[in-house]
Order: sequence, then structure tokens, then C-alpha cells
Amino acid sequence: MSWFTQTITSTLGRKLLMALTGLFLVLFLVVHLAGNLQLLKGDEGEAFNIYAKFMTTNGLIKTTSYLLYATFIGHIVWSLLLTAHNQKARGPEKYAYSKAAPSVSWNSRNMGLLGTIVFVFLVIHMRNFWYEMHWGNVPMVMIEGEEYKNLYAIVNASFGEWWYVALYTFAMLGLAFHLYHGFQSAFQTLGLNTSKYTPAIQGAGVAFSIIIPGLFALIPIWMFLVR
Amino acid sequence: MDLTLKIWRQKNANSKGKMETYQVKDISEDTSFLEMLDILNNDLESKGEDPVHFDHDCREGICGMCSLYINGHPHGPQQTTTCQLHMRSFKDGDTITIEPWRAAAFPVVKDLVVDRTAFDRIIQSGGYVSVNTGGVPDANELPIPKVVADEAMDAATCIGCGACVAACKNASAMLFVSAKVSHLALLPQGKVEAAQRAQKMVAQMDEEGFGACTNTGACSAECPKEIDLTNIARLNREYLSASFAAE
Amino acid sequence: MKLDSKIPEGPIGEKWGRHKFGVKLVNPANKRKYDVIVVGTGLAGASAAASLAELGYNVKAFCFQDSPRRAHSIAAQGGINAAKNYQNDGDSVFRLFYDTVKGGDYRSREANVHRLAEVSVNIIDQCVAQGVPFAREYGGLLANRSFGGAQVSRTFYAKGQTGQQLLLGAYSALSRQVANGKVKLYTRTEMMDLVMVDGKAKGIVTRNLLTGAIESHSAHAVLLCTGGYGNVFYLSTNAMGSNVTAAWRAHRKGALFANPCFTQIHPTCIPVHGENQSKLTLMSESLRNDGRVWVPKTVELAEKIRSGTTKASDLPEDQRDYYLEAKYPSFGNLVPRDVASRNAKVVCDEGRGVGGTGLAVYLDFRDAIKRDGRDTIAGKYGNLFDIYEKITGDDPYSVPMMIYPAVHYTMGGLWVDYNLQTTIPGLYALGEANFSDHGANRLGASALMQGLADGYFVIPYTIGDFLAGEPYTKPSTDQSEFKEAEKAVKDQIDKLISINGSKPVDHFHKRLGKVMWDYCGMSRTEEGLKKAKKMVQEIKEEFWKDVKVIGTNEELNMTLEKANRVADFLELGELMIDDALDRNESCGGHFREESQTEEGEAKRDDENYSYVSAWEYTGEGKDEKLHKEELVFENVKLTQRSYK
Repeated sequence: MSWFTQTITSTLGRKLLMALTGLFLVLFLVVHLAGNLQLLKGDEGEAFNIYAKFMTTNGLIKTTSYLLYATFIGHIVWSLLLTAHNQKARGPEKYAYSKAAPSVSWNSRNMGLLGTIVFVFLVIHMRNFWYEMHWGNVPMVMIEGEEYKNLYAIVNASFGEWWYVALYTFAMLGLAFHLYHGFQSAFQTLGLNTSKYTPAIQGAGVAFSIIIPGLFALIPIWMFLVR
Repeated sequence: MDLTLKIWRQKNANSKGKMETYQVKDISEDTSFLEMLDILNNDLESKGEDPVHFDHDCREGICGMCSLYINGHPHGPQQTTTCQLHMRSFKDGDTITIEPWRAAAFPVVKDLVVDRTAFDRIIQSGGYVSVNTGGVPDANELPIPKVVADEAMDAATCIGCGACVAACKNASAMLFVSAKVSHLALLPQGKVEAAQRAQKMVAQMDEEGFGACTNTGACSAECPKEIDLTNIARLNREYLSASFAAE
Repeated sequence: MKLDSKIPEGPIGEKWGRHKFGVKLVNPANKRKYDVIVVGTGLAGASAAASLAELGYNVKAFCFQDSPRRAHSIAAQGGINAAKNYQNDGDSVFRLFYDTVKGGDYRSREANVHRLAEVSVNIIDQCVAQGVPFAREYGGLLANRSFGGAQVSRTFYAKGQTGQQLLLGAYSALSRQVANGKVKLYTRTEMMDLVMVDGKAKGIVTRNLLTGAIESHSAHAVLLCTGGYGNVFYLSTNAMGSNVTAAWRAHRKGALFANPCFTQIHPTCIPVHGENQSKLTLMSESLRNDGRVWVPKTVELAEKIRSGTTKASDLPEDQRDYYLEAKYPSFGNLVPRDVASRNAKVVCDEGRGVGGTGLAVYLDFRDAIKRDGRDTIAGKYGNLFDIYEKITGDDPYSVPMMIYPAVHYTMGGLWVDYNLQTTIPGLYALGEANFSDHGANRLGASALMQGLADGYFVIPYTIGDFLAGEPYTKPSTDQSEFKEAEKAVKDQIDKLISINGSKPVDHFHKRLGKVMWDYCGMSRTEEGLKKAKKMVQEIKEEFWKDVKVIGTNEELNMTLEKANRVADFLELGELMIDDALDRNESCGGHFREESQTEEGEAKRDDENYSYVSAWEYTGEGKDEKLHKEELVFENVKLTQRSYK
């Protein structure tokens, strides 16, 4: 076995891949949010539609998006591999009575569940928007003499449904809890948790896990309320 | 106080075990938890029944031999070893559930006794500084900053009891391995072999079938010696830098 | 039998050097042709096994615990002495030697002790090289403290866990040799008998504690590193599994047992709480640096405190008796261990003891907290106070701590010569299992030093002297000597199981312990000892008629393990009593009431008792035969200890 396969097939190596893919997805969230915030401009979706076209046609972005899909899949596959390994490690007999120490957070013990919530949402989300944008029947709109797919109209329609807004908010809550543990956990896995840096990393993790999903959730709620 | 005990009984490694219920009466609150089990065993022996087997030795919290998963926590409700747990932590009429450590790498031997030799094999894979007896420099030849020595000591205080594995939902041994790796990686004497040590010990840990760390912190929260999670980060760092280093 | 201690010729400082040159060597290429069995994996055993394997010998190491790292050396708290003189305070090899002989009340062998002091410096170097995290000063150099009333700071320490760190060091060296294939490790395996072929130790019979399998192992030499026998008292600071079986079975095969009555009783232990107590916990004696020892002035006051009508902290100054400070104005609370222990017993016997059982004295930090502040005291003793509170439920910051003496260490053990060889050729005893270095009283922080000295720096030299004369072939375990020994072990186990009496093993162990504690403990009299001897014989007789051992041999059976060990304790107890009877003098930990000064202090009798008592087993139920090794003192001046 080469040193590389040996490293990435070890438990620590798999954890490293979880951390790296996780951090890449964190970066993606920032970019995605930046685009979504265009929805709040109050310009009937002009800026958002321009942004959407750029994201679906720019060569560099397209290439990056393949990397993104791979990252998603990797993050999920390795989590499944690790979970299977961990369940085997726990042994055939389970505790009759088990209780986590009070300092152990619920979300840290349920990352799989939280990840599943995010994943289910993702499937719906991509069917609604991403699929529609690529292969669906999206109405066209003219902006400054150029023709654009009016993704805004689709989004606006979806965010008019209370159940969709509720689902979206719930998923963002799941994401928040997932990030709350995942963000600083990634740094721990990368070995960057030290008494010197940990407070900053943890602070950043808390802020990130509240602000990013919060802003994501704010958009549909806002659009639902102002219509 | 009078107590109801639910205890895992298992004849040997190959047989199937189950929970059995026992009553103990008039237990003084000054009695240690293991002494309470001694009393139960004396009762059982007088009745000609097989006493409950459990590991214990020094009974002063340092040898790491005692185990027991008590009411959902390794070493019971206090952050200490089972031998240092006293009955004043319980109330009259309580029901106490006592189980062995559960992990594939710690198979049950009998009743509450498990086989923890996996830890020894991990140490054998590299948990040492390769110096022979004799021919070493004077002890004061190599000054070591006090903070470094103290930090190494904090890691080295691990008693190898396995509570970290028992507490972890993934049965991961990362806290144990990281404590040993940290202890030696921090000290200049141990730095020479730090890279191989981290790699070998992680490889052995995986081979023994321990789980992967998901950073829940349950290990450190239940560790009777309060080994810190920064040790796990250090192990990750040591392992990754050793694996990806150019040389 | 003539006891030959094989002490080398020459001035004391040159004996070891000359001896190392004089002993026979085994050629490096031939070392792999010799097998050595090491029983026990504490400081002495692990260090010996690792060092011998490094030299090239094939080692088989045995321990009854599930891992070598759990041996009871791990529980030593205070530290390890070494004559490094890092503190520039006048320490030297000779001073450490002198202090140790004097501290042992002049009942140890000068040459052995001097060698111990010499190699003490190498031990520290070795441990640091292994990565033992000793305490350090801000400048990065090693820290020292003064310990056990020593006049110099020569104690190296790792928090209150020095034994743990040293053992982990030795264990890691051992683990390295296991990985190298030079040590074969047998855990959860207990030595049940020694096997001799043509008068030499050639192997052992063991019981696999998991399966009950009785197995033989043959080798060219056998090392017993099996610790002390304090558990003969049932309650002690020893681990629950600590036992005398390996040493005792060797004794029955012909190894003489030396000074069995020399027991160290440590003054600062947490008192017994009741009948079901299984074990005693030591509190570091450093506590006596700031704590003041006292009991109520009168029996009436003590009764009020015991019944709970008066609180200790409410007792005014004039109703407290700070008996150590009153009696020993110059040493006060810092008198040596044996003196502090005996005085605690005296006040409790008077009825002035406190606690639920009346067998406790106060160790009060009220004045120290008032003087230095709570933070300072917490900084020094915080972890000890926490241990105390965990066990007793009392907070020593607000109520005085309670302490009582407890059995802690046994200076006696198998008789060994300068090479650490017992009277059986090829059988060696190391560490607490031998008798050699501590005389009648061990100084604080010297046990760790001795265990590691024997294992790292003595046996690797001296074993060669014996092995060089041995043929490479070793006996087969199919030989009749092994088969007979196996059968004897099986027979004893079958017998224990078949008795099927009415009382559990612990019942007998507790009874034995109580007799030993009452009559062969802190204070001994001829009358009491004679009575005790009868009582022990009765318990033994009853044990073999009425003990109840549940289960079978062919499984993990902790009751059977205990029964085997208690059977040997019962025989040892009687020998300890014989030895205490013979030694009609008071020295170190051995206090005969017949031999005391007018002020009630221990009185040595150098004229008549300046010898090592070495006892020879003569057969089942027969009195053992005493051999004497006269002690010669050429370098230290014998004086009576005084702490007034």
C-alpha cells in the first residue's frame, strides 16, 4: 500500500477527508449565500437572475461545481463508511442503559441525523431550483435588452408556500446544529485545536453556524412576509 | 441503604449474557462501590452462588484495573474511578445498572470483566522511546521548559482504564492513544521517533477495531484523570504531518 | 547451611566496581541461548525484563494483572531518591548510603545499600531518557524536594504520581522488547510453584487465570519480582491482588525468608470506616509538614466527639492534645513514620481516638490555613484534599482530617546475597520481594529507587555470573520435576474446591489480618505473639476444613485465586510471629514492648540482634529453622535514634 492510500484509509485519514470536504462545503455556503442575498434587493429579481445566469454559464464556475458535487458525495460516502466502522467498533451488544455526560452536546452525537436532514432538504431543494434551472421549463425575462431565465419567479413562487418556508427553516436549523459541531470539529481533526487557537476557532464556529443558516432562513421568511 | 442492582452476568467469552437483578441491604454510605459489590459477593458465596466477577486491584484510583459502566456512565456518576466511587453518591431505594465496558476491541471475559490487552498492543507498536538501559546522558543535560514538562505530565497521567472507549459512542480509543503520543511528542526525548510513533500507534489502533473519533468529547468528560481533548488534536497533527511530510 | 552474602572485598566505595569487573560475562552471541523467567512486572520486574531482553537474553515475563502496567508500584506517590546533589546542598552517594542504613535502624547490609546509593544517579538519567516527566524548575532543570524528614533535597517526583510515571517508563521499555520478540508476555497468569532440577531453579508452574490451565515454563534462571506481603494483614495500602504466593512457594522449595517481621506501618492513612472495608488509602506524608496531629485531652471529650455531640472544630485549644509536638519538641509532627504510628496507637489505646471506630487521630490544617491562606495550602495539598474528600465525604479545609496508621510496605523478604540470588542457585529476588536494602525501616522515596536499581542496574550484571556457568540446554517441561510440581498445584486446587465448607475465603483472611494487626502490628509482646501463633494455627486448621470456594478451576475464578493466596498468607503469618518472637529488641518498624527506653522509645540491642534472621522451611506444620547472617558495620556508627 502506498503511503497515500494507507493514510486516507486509516480512521484518521477518513476523518481528514470528512474535515476537508466539510470545510469546502462551508466555503460553498458563503458563496451560495452571497448569491441568495440578491433576492432581497427589491429589484424584482433582476440582480438575482443575472447572478443565476452567471453561475450556470461561466466556465470556471461550472468546473468548480463538479468539484462541489464530488465533495458532497465524498462527504456523505465517507460519513457512511465511518459510521459503519464505528458501529462495528461498538460491538454486538449494546448498553442496556446509557447516558451521555452533560457536557457532551446532543448535536455532536447526532451528526448523522442532522446530516440526513440537510441531505433530504438538499434533494428537494435541487429538484425545485437546480433541476428546473438546468432542464426545466423556466419562463424568460428581458433585463437591459438581454434574455435571462427568470429563476426569481420560481423562487418567489416557492417562497410563497408556507410549508416550503417551514421546511426551509427547519433544514437551516438542522444545518446550524450540524455546523455548530462540524465547524470546530473539522479544526480538531486537522489538529489545529490548541489552547491558543481554540477559543478563536470555537468562537468563529459558533458565529458561523448561527449567522450563515440564519441569513439563509431569513430570505424565504422575509419574502413570504413582504409579499 | 437498600439497593436494587441490575448486573450483567455472562459465564464466559463464548456464552450469551443477560442482566440479573439482586438486592443488597444495609449498605453504609461510607462503603465504596466495590466494597458494596464485595458484600453482594459474600452473600452470593454464602448461598453457594457464583460471585459477580469484576476487575479491580489497587482500589486507590491509579492502576486503571477497575472498570464498570454504572447507570449509563463509565466509572459511574462521578468523574473518578469506580474504586473511588462511594455509596454516598446514591440514595436508599435506588436501582443501579452495572454493565461491562462495551466495545468490539474489549470483548467480555466473564460478567463485568473485559479484555483490554488491545491497549498493551497499541503501546507495543510504538509507545516508547527506544533507549536501552545504560549509556544515556545526564538527566540535566537536556533542559525542558516547565510548561512543556507539565503538559507532558498531564497527558502521561492516563491510567489506561478504557473509560474513554466505553464512553465513546464509536468506541474510539483516540483519547488513550493521543495521551501517550502527546506525552512523548511533547518531550524532546520522544520527538526523535514522534513521526513513526504516531503512525504505528494509529495503525495498531485501527487494527484492533476501535472506532473513529467524532469529537463529541464524551471521552474527556468521563475520563477519571481528565485527559484533555487537545491531546486528540495533537495526535491528529502528529499523524497528518508525519504522513504528508516530504521525507 | 552457611549463608554466604558474597560481599566483595575492598573499601565500601569500590566494592561494586570491583565486583562488576570480577563477575563472569556471557558472550553477546551466547546470551540468546539463555532463557530467563521474570515473575512480576512492577518496577523491579519490568525494568529487569526489559534490560535483560535488551542484552539479548530470552525473557518470559509473568503478571497476574491484565496488563504489566497495573502492578502496584504504580500507586507510589511521593518520589524517588537519588544522590545527584543537583541542589548543591551537600548530598552525596555516601550521605544517601549513610541515611539509608541509619533510617533502616542498622539492620541492613552496608555493601548493598552503598551500591543502591551509587546506582541511584543512573536511575534518574535512565528514566529521563525514557521520557518520564519529572517535575522541573522554570529554568528547565529537574526539581527536587526534601522528603520523609531528610536533611537534603534529593527526591525526584512527578506530581503525586511518581510510581506511576516510573512504572510507565519501565513498562514502555518492556513493551518495546515485547514488540522486538525478546520478551514473551504472560498476563493474567499467576506463578503457583517453583521448579527445581538438580538443586537449581529451572522453571515455574503457572495457572492461567482465564482458563485455569496449569502450565510449566522452563528456563535457565528465575527472577521473583513479586512485591511485598503486606496483605497478610488483610487491610493494607497494597493492591487487592498483592500476595506472597510466588515468594512463599519458593521459600517452601528451599529459599530462606529473611526478616519477615519487619513491616512498615505508615502513619498517614485514611482510617478504617467499618467491617466491610477492603483496602486502606495512603495520604502522602508530606501532609505532616503543615498539618498538626492531635486528639482530645480526655477520654470523655473523645467520647463526646465520637458520639457526635461535640464537633472537633469547636474544641478549644486547651482541650486538644498535640501529643507529637509535646513529646518531641524538636521534630514535632515530622518524627519518622514508625514513631508517629506508634504514638497514634498509644493515644487511641487510651481511648482518646476519634472517628466512628475510635481508631483515628486528627491531622488539622486550621492553623496552616490561618497562617498561609487557603490558596497556599490548596496549592500544596489540593489533590490530596480532594482524594480525602472523595473517600470520606469530609472537607479537610473546614474539618480536621482524620488519619490512622496502616500497613504499607514490608522490608522483609527472600534472603538474597550481593548478587540478589536467593539460597537456591538460579533463583533471584528483586525489589520489595527481597530483604536487602531497607533494614528494619524503609525511608520515604527509597522503595522506587531500590526496585529500579535491582532491575536496571544490578541484575543485568550479576545474572551473567550464574548463567556463564550454565549449559545452554534447559530441562524439558516434560521432565518429572515439572510434572510433579504441576500435580502438586492441581492437588491443592482440587483440595480447596472439594472442601466445600461454610465460610467464604475473605472470612479467614479478615480473621488472620486482625490477629496479625493486633499482635504482630505496631507493637508486639512475647505474650501476645505466643497467643497469636496459636490463633493463626487455629485459623489455618479451620481454613482447610471449612473454606468455601465456589466454581471450578477451569474458568476465571477470583475466589479460587484468593483462596490460593490466603493459604500462603496463613503460613507466612506464623513465620512473621516466630520472627517477631525471636527478635527481642525494638528496631525500626519492629517494636517489642519488652525492649524500650524509660521514655517508652524503641531500644535496639546491637549486642544480641545485629543480624539478619533467615528462616528455612523444614516441612508442613514444623517450626522453621533460623539462620543468622551477622551484620558488620565498618562505615556507619551505630547510634540510638532520638527525636526529642
